Parts: sequence; structure tokens; C-alpha cells
Amino acid sequence: MTSSVTSTDNDVLLEVNNLKTHFPIKGGLLRRTVATVKAVDGVSFAVKRGETLGLVGESGCGKTTTGRTVLRLERATEGEVLFEGHDVLRASRWQMKRLRRDMQIVFQDPYASLDPRITIGESVEEGLIIHGIGNAHERRERVRAVLDKVGLHANQMNRFPHEFSGGQRQRIGIARALIMEPKLIVCDEPVSALDVSIQSQVLNLLKNLQREFGLTYLFIAHNLAVVEHISDRVGVMYLGKVVELSGRDDLFRNPLHPYTKALISAIPQPDPTVRRARIMLQGDVPSPINPPTGCRFHPRCWIAQEICKTDDPAFEEKRKGHWAACHFAGEA
Amino acid sequence: MANVNREILRVEGLKTHFFTDEGVVQAVDGVDFVLHRGETLGIVGESGSGKSVTSLSLLRLVSRPGRIVEGQLLFDGVDLTSISEEQMRAIRGDRISMIFQQPTTALNPVFRVGDQIIETLTIHQGLQGNEAQQRCRELLTMVGLPDPERRMRQYPHELSGGQCQRIMIAMALACNPELLIADEPTTALDVTIQAQILDLMRALREKIDTAIILITHDMGVVAEMADNVIVMYAGQVVEYAEVKQLFANPLHPYTIGLLNSMPVLGDVRDELAVIPGTVPSLINPPVGCRFAARCDRRFERCTETPPMVEPEQGRRVRCWLYR
Repeated sequence: MTSSVTSTDNDVLLEVNNLKTHFPIKGGLLRRTVATVKAVDGVSFAVKRGETLGLVGESGCGKTTTGRTVLRLERATEGEVLFEGHDVLRASRWQMKRLRRDMQIVFQDPYASLDPRITIGESVEEGLIIHGIGNAHERRERVRAVLDKVGLHANQMNRFPHEFSGGQRQRIGIARALIMEPKLIVCDEPVSALDVSIQSQVLNLLKNLQREFGLTYLFIAHNLAVVEHISDRVGVMYLGKVVELSGRDDLFRNPLHPYTKALISAIPQPDPTVRRARIMLQGDVPSPINPPTGCRFHPRCWIAQEICKTDDPAFEEKRKGHWAACHFAGEA
Repeated sequence: MANVNREILRVEGLKTHFFTDEGVVQAVDGVDFVLHRGETLGIVGESGSGKSVTSLSLLRLVSRPGRIVEGQLLFDGVDLTSISEEQMRAIRGDRISMIFQQPTTALNPVFRVGDQIIETLTIHQGLQGNEAQQRCRELLTMVGLPDPERRMRQYPHELSGGQCQRIMIAMALACNPELLIADEPTTALDVTIQAQILDLMRALREKIDTAIILITHDMGVVAEMADNVIVMYAGQVVEYAEVKQLFANPLHPYTIGLLNSMPVLGDVRDELAVIPGTVPSLINPPVGCRFAARCDRRFERCTETPPMVEPEQGRRVRCWLYR
């Protein structure tokens, strides 16, 4: 059922099938598992070569864990991740090392993700050394070239992270990923720690690099306007599941899942003359330790019926290329 | 306007500097505005623009090495910079209250939330025992927390971010303040929860006629909540306008850049406008206009300090273009 989400054509770079990442909570004297956080609980999607797939959702929906599990930075509990047909979750150490060159990540916090004790030149070069690429001179040249690509100066190579602003550090983070000449970059909230004027610089940079190098992005963010701006297709997550996935314009213009509708309507628009009807969701997101039965959104959903309390809706293609998991998709 | 006698706060020439080992940080360096009862004033700006230090200055909560070096803060006619600490403490939390960005860190983790609200009621309103309990229940109901009895017995860690922010708002409103300062009240919250909190703040404003200073970096929140808006850049007010005017016809090149550089839902552009460069250091701010180095409309004059000019009634802008 799940593999039908994805097309089998050659232009699929990354395929994720029924991925689950559960974290045990240990308690008591014997440190037995007393509960399980189902951070990611059955996620399927495919990312095509050269496209940007956006993953949005609120805190705790599992979007970051999904991105990290795809790169094996978290251990998957179940499911399958295929990168160019290679089984990532079952790859050996050696195979994984080779795969990591092609799958890079840019982290959210540009302050925490750089080693404060080494220069940014060394930081950017690190990946090349680990993978034994080039000699010292060649590596330096590549660092120079990549710093130039991300809008920094090669003469800044010998400086330390604290000498850079947040936006510049994020450029360094991008340079670290880019120098490996990857095929896929997982961008985990790459602009959410930045001010708006800096955010637009970094978003434009990511778009330009994608065009120049044919990169593929899995772009994880909570800001819908940012995701709409950068993505070709968008998946919306809620409590560990993808509840809707479709082409960008279709998703934002004709959302089928009530949660997507509520999420879009909750964004304050920077125009004081419009007053949109707002769908006000009641209460908070429930805990992923004991997610609600049936459809996980039913306790906050205004069109929920009896069936929603008991039956988990299937993630189905409701329109061409537009998937949703809702018994009453499009009826809200 | 009927606002003549409704003035609650007048800030004139506020300067708050921090005296650090590296030099004097001119965090707030020329802020003026007038606020009326029932009015919501949005203060927008990016990190380091001085918006949060402005709000802390209003409550005299700037801690060393920072201090207010110049200016007047006339609250209902009384200059807050000249009264004693004891008098200030009586105003804080009573006539002026504040909501912070991180509700979970602003609450004391070792006390039940009910006791924390009741403490405010006891100190400022002299309420005790059943009376205080009763008022506490009312407040929690007012901010939309169901089952107030149970909430009062809970500790902050048992509540979600949105619930903690409701508790903070309940505490801030405990004494029906005349001025409420909200510093990024919804920044740490998810959008669906933000919508609930903004809705709540709107309802309370109607009900108790509080003047609100809303500090945020989110232009969407400002558009939705504010009557008037101040745009700050590098410690200074660069533009002041009524909210609709500001969005329809921004004047300062920085405001224009800010509005164009953010992605807007439903308005997909291939490239976002960019403000090149970064915010200048406030230890040695640039001579002349502080925005000049990043401005695409700068000319010779910009090396001189621009005055605040009033190109139209009720609008002010710190830029040579309008001189």
C-alpha cells in the first residue's frame, strides 16, 4: 500500500516507505521501557531528482526526526529508505560512508552546529579529509571555491565561527554540505533562527545553488510561507504522520485535509486590510506517547464523525498527485 | 481626535546604553513615541534593533552594565526615570505589566501556578484567602483555561507552552493594568496556538481598555494586532505610521526592504528581495544614517545624521529622502 505513494520512475532520488522512529521512555529501578514516543509513525514519500520537497508541521509533528532518520542520524524502528535504489537503513558502515557523501544536512542552529575551536576553513574542509578527497592543496582550492559560491570571502577562511553573524554561519553550514558535491541536502529549519532580511538572502542562495548544481532538497520548516516559497511539492505532518502531500500550488490553494486548512488559515497575513475567516483549532497537539485512536486529528477536528474516532484513515491519492489521509477529505 | 486626554505614555529621547569592556553599546539611541489608552502600538525590528531593550527600559528592568542615560518616560504624567525604586515596584505588575517571549522560563518552576498568580494578587491588590482564590479562578477562566481548579494546583512543567502563555497573560492582567508590554508573546508558540493567543489578547483589549505595546519581528502579527507601528533599526526609530499606511505605503527604505524580503503566503515570487549586508555594530555605529551602508537609495547627504521628519500628518520617518 505504501509503496504506491511513490512513482517507480528513474527520476526518484529518495524513497521513504512506512518509516517509523519510536523512542523508548525508560523508567523505574530496572530502567524498563515504560512508554514509547512515536515521533515518526508510518511516513511515506518520494523526492524526485532536482526538486524540493517541503515538510511542514508544528512542534512535535516528527518532521525533524523524519529528516534525521532518513540520514540514519536516528535509528529507524521500521520501514525503508531508498536512496537511488540503495537501502539506506540496512547499508553497512562502509556503504553508509559512501552514501553520506551524497546525502548532506544543513542544521537549524548556525550557532550550535559549528565547532567553535576550529577555523571555518578547517570546518568546511573536514568532510573532504574524512573521505580522503584530494591533497592539501586541492582541498584548500575547493574550500576557496565553495566559500565563494555561498557568498563568503576566501580570505575569511582562517577566522573562527564567533566572528561571523548568524546568516554568515548558515552560509558556512551550507558550504560544509556543498563541498561534498551531494545529490541530496536535508535542510532542517535552515532559516528559522535568522532575521527576515537575512532569511531572504539564505533562501535565495539555496535556490540559486539548486539551479546551478541540480541539487535535491528535503526542506523541513514550520513556516508555511517559507515552505511555499521554496518547495515544488509539500507534505504536511501531524503527530508523526504525513496527513497531506501534493504539488505546492494545489496544496495551498485547494487543501484537502482539515488540519492543512486550519494551519494555512492561522498564519497572520502582513496586510492589515484583509481579515480572513480563521479556523480556530481548540486545544493543543496531543502527546505522541498516547496518540488519539482512529484519525489522530479527530479530537481537534470540526468535521469529525464517529468513524474518525475508530478508523485510522488511509493515505490515499484523492486527486492526481494529491494525497491525503482523511475520511472526509475536501469536505471541510 | 478624542485621544487628547487619553494619553498614557509619552517617551521622549530615550537612550539606553550598555557600558561593556569592549565599549559603549548604544542599544537604544533615540526613541520617541506617544501611546493612548486602548491603543496597540507595534514595535518591529530585527535582532539588535533595540526593541526589547526599549521595553525593558520602560519598566526600568535594564540591568548592569546597561542603564538609561537620557530621556523621559512619562507614564500618566509621572516621569518613571525620576521616581524611587520602591515607587517603581508599586507600578510594575500593577499599572504596567509585561508578558515575555518564553513563558516557560518566566514562571517559577517550583511553585504551583495558582500560588504564583495569587502572589501577584496579594502584593498588588491585598487579596487574601478565598477572595484571592476566587479571583484567580476568574482570571484563568478569562484566559480560556478550562478546569481552573486543576490548573491552579499544577506546576509549570505540567503545562504546554500555549497554556503557560495563558497563565502569564492571566498574571499580567491580574491587576487590570493600564499598560501591557508584550515582548514577542507568540514567537515561541506554534501558529495554531499563536492564533488562539492573539485572539485572546484582542478580546481582552476590548474588555479592559488596556494600552498594549506589542514587540515582534513578525509583520503578520503586527498587521493583525496594531493600530500604529514603530519600525526600529540599530537602536533608533526609523519610521512611525498608522498600520494601514505603513503596509500600503512604507516610506523608509529599510521598511520597504523588510516588507519585500519576507515570503508571503499565496504570493510566490521567484526571488525574494534582499537587504544586503548585516546590522551594524552598536558599539561604533556608522556616522550619518545607520542604514546607509545597506540602502539602495543612499546619496551624498546620507553621511550626515538624518533628522526625524514628518512628511504627512501622523507619520514620521528618519530619512533624508523626505526632507
